[in-house]
Amino acid sequence: MPKHTLSVLVENKPGVLARVAGLFSRRAFNIHSLAVGPTEHPEVSRITVVVDVEAHPLEQVTKQLNKLVHVLKIVELDRERSVQRELLLVKVRADARQRGDVLQVVDLFRAHVVDVSTESLVVEAVGTPEKLDALLAALTPYDVREIVQSGTVAIGRGARSITERTLDRVSA
Amino acid sequence: MAQVETPKPSAVRTRPATPHSSPAMSAGEHMTGAQALIRALELAGATDVFGLPGGAILPAYDPLMDSTQLRHILVRHEQGAGHAAQGYAHATGRPGVCIATSGPGATNLVTPIADANMDSIPMVAITGQVGAAFIGTDAFQEADIVGITQPITKHNMLVTDPDEIPRAVAEAFYIATHGRPGPVLVDVTKSAMQQMTTFRWPTRIDLPGFNAGTKPHAKTVTEAARLLATSRRPVLYVGGGVIRSGASAGLRKLADLSGAAVVTTLMARGALPDSHPQHLGMPGMHGTVAAVAALQKADLVVALGARFDDRVTGTLDTFAPNAVIVHADIDPAEIGKNRVADVPIVGDLKDVFADLVPALAEEQRKHGKPDLEAWWKQLDEWRTTYALGYAPTEDGLGSPQYVIQRLGELNDPDSTIYTAGVGQHQMWAAQFIKYEHPNTWINSGGLGTMGFSVPAAMGAQVGAPDKTVWAIDGDGCFQMTNQELVTCALNEIPIKVAIINNSSLGMVRQWQTLFYNQRYSNTDLHTGHGTKRIPDFVKLADAMGCVGLRCESDADVDATIKRANEINDQPVVVDFTVSKDSMVWPMVAVGTSNDEIQYAKGIAPKWDREE
Repeated sequence: MPKHTLSVLVENKPGVLARVAGLFSRRAFNIHSLAVGPTEHPEVSRITVVVDVEAHPLEQVTKQLNKLVHVLKIVELDRERSVQRELLLVKVRADARQRGDVLQVVDLFRAHVVDVSTESLVVEAVGTPEKLDALLAALTPYDVREIVQSGTVAIGRGARSITERTLDRVSA
Repeated sequence: MAQVETPKPSAVRTRPATPHSSPAMSAGEHMTGAQALIRALELAGATDVFGLPGGAILPAYDPLMDSTQLRHILVRHEQGAGHAAQGYAHATGRPGVCIATSGPGATNLVTPIADANMDSIPMVAITGQVGAAFIGTDAFQEADIVGITQPITKHNMLVTDPDEIPRAVAEAFYIATHGRPGPVLVDVTKSAMQQMTTFRWPTRIDLPGFNAGTKPHAKTVTEAARLLATSRRPVLYVGGGVIRSGASAGLRKLADLSGAAVVTTLMARGALPDSHPQHLGMPGMHGTVAAVAALQKADLVVALGARFDDRVTGTLDTFAPNAVIVHADIDPAEIGKNRVADVPIVGDLKDVFADLVPALAEEQRKHGKPDLEAWWKQLDEWRTTYALGYAPTEDGLGSPQYVIQRLGELNDPDSTIYTAGVGQHQMWAAQFIKYEHPNTWINSGGLGTMGFSVPAAMGAQVGAPDKTVWAIDGDGCFQMTNQELVTCALNEIPIKVAIINNSSLGMVRQWQTLFYNQRYSNTDLHTGHGTKRIPDFVKLADAMGCVGLRCESDADVDATIKRANEINDQPVVVDFTVSKDSMVWPMVAVGTSNDEIQYAKGIAPKWDREE
């Protein structure tokens, strides 16, 4: 099923994340990833949901989301016309013998080492899901010990802002 | 949409509701959160509330005692309070209010809340919650009712700050009654009710994310009008939205002008008088052959506040296969949910009719009146050949359909409200009673809640004291919620209950007859003719302060109904013992196409094959 990225602007109210997430599960939609965080407005949060769904049910879920009282706006962010990023932290076994090879992979993917011990490295990488998958594949031969990955966050390309007019409606 | 005026008492369409309980109280006055809650309910326009006190809600019941505006009706089970609030809302068009305590009190409201959510009934539920400091500790009678009811409310909220109580109540009434109506729950902690606050009624409702409705788009209205003016086999598929909108007058104009066939769903019975010549009755699983066939053969279906429910469509991909679909609804999420709409119209049905009727007149000036003669010839043939009816019983016991038909004939449609539970009796009541007005037929459609009838009748009678209210019920349903007859008897709410007693869970039994080789697993209730009669409904009625009557044959039906109608100072319960073998026909079996409707067992209508 195709993946769609939705940016959902919500009022910062208790339980709003549960309401949004609950709606997806209740209507039998599969959430691929979900990320939530603050926006430029203190009363508004932004939820980015990546959902596996066909176009018709997506329209239905968008309409259902719009009915939630604390949901202010929903925008689907097209892959080509937006910047979409995930954060990956990966702990790799890297003793003196392997370290050089691992660091080469890290450089190749423009990733960073953010923690070093005698036995391991923690690698930080930001990118599209495809890039992060490729990095993981390259690191796999070196004994990956632990992986943690954020949900996708996304923002439209160009000067237009999806939040501007919405935020005006919300009193500070 | 963003900012609107607060619903003042008058704005929420209520009786003159000047809060006169304590004239000295004015905005800015110092009071407890509990007093603020009662004051807010008064200012929101509530006059009748149904509830049952308990620990967490106790603070609110003290100032409630002093309110002269609020009549509180003490129920015997919170589910009864919820259904009563629904019946009240359904009968009056005003939001129903129910109150319960935390934990089990609140969870007992879950069924009525879910029911109101499915049937778009404006309702405000107030629940007490344990003190804010105890939340999350598994305290005594603690339940996360906001979490529990999240999927079944239009909106809900937890209030822990007494200053927030008036705003929460104002928003709850606003949300419940604007846009597509629905239930809103306000959970108030005991601590918030006990703390002091300065009362401030909000001067405006500020809900930036709430969509209270949009005006219908002129372009789609014109397109709908053009289709109505030019189609040859048009059907207006009328749903409960027309009733909720109070748009029956507009529907009538559209029906008259268009000449189209009209079908009214289970939730829309009464939206157009059954006596209207273009009215074909109810569509769906137990609809009339004419109504079902009209939709199947239509070239244009105009859905008005209907949601293409599976009980109406049968298998969805064979529903109205040749029809262009116009779909008008206040809720944009309904449009295209089940069936793709060729012409979507988002808006309140009242506005839709106000625009569509003149637009249709204009289109008819261009195209001339549509020639619907062949269509009506066909429809009339179906109506005559496959008229609603029933076979006499084979066991010599009374016919349930006859009882219900006579109830409809012996009561004045202008002054009678009927409620029903869920099952065979509900379907027969939808089929055999002729409704002439909206809000005179109250039942649980979407959720299908057994036990709805008695408490809903109680609420309807409170909201419409001058009407006769007949609760049509089954012996199964009646045993779920009859405790509210005590409430009725003690509060002078003289409802009348017709138990269509076939001594079984009749609809389930019908399915066992048809689909499970007559293996009657757990459907026998032992309440009817020739059984131990446990319970004896006449004795039970008597014990609950009601008049109990029994009627065991068709011959006594009229006299019994007349006797019941003569009693107006007490609730009346009539035990109509009827045959358990009577079945609801016509029927479209689950998982089959509407084309396969059976008029009676083993009898399928013959369709015109030329199409």
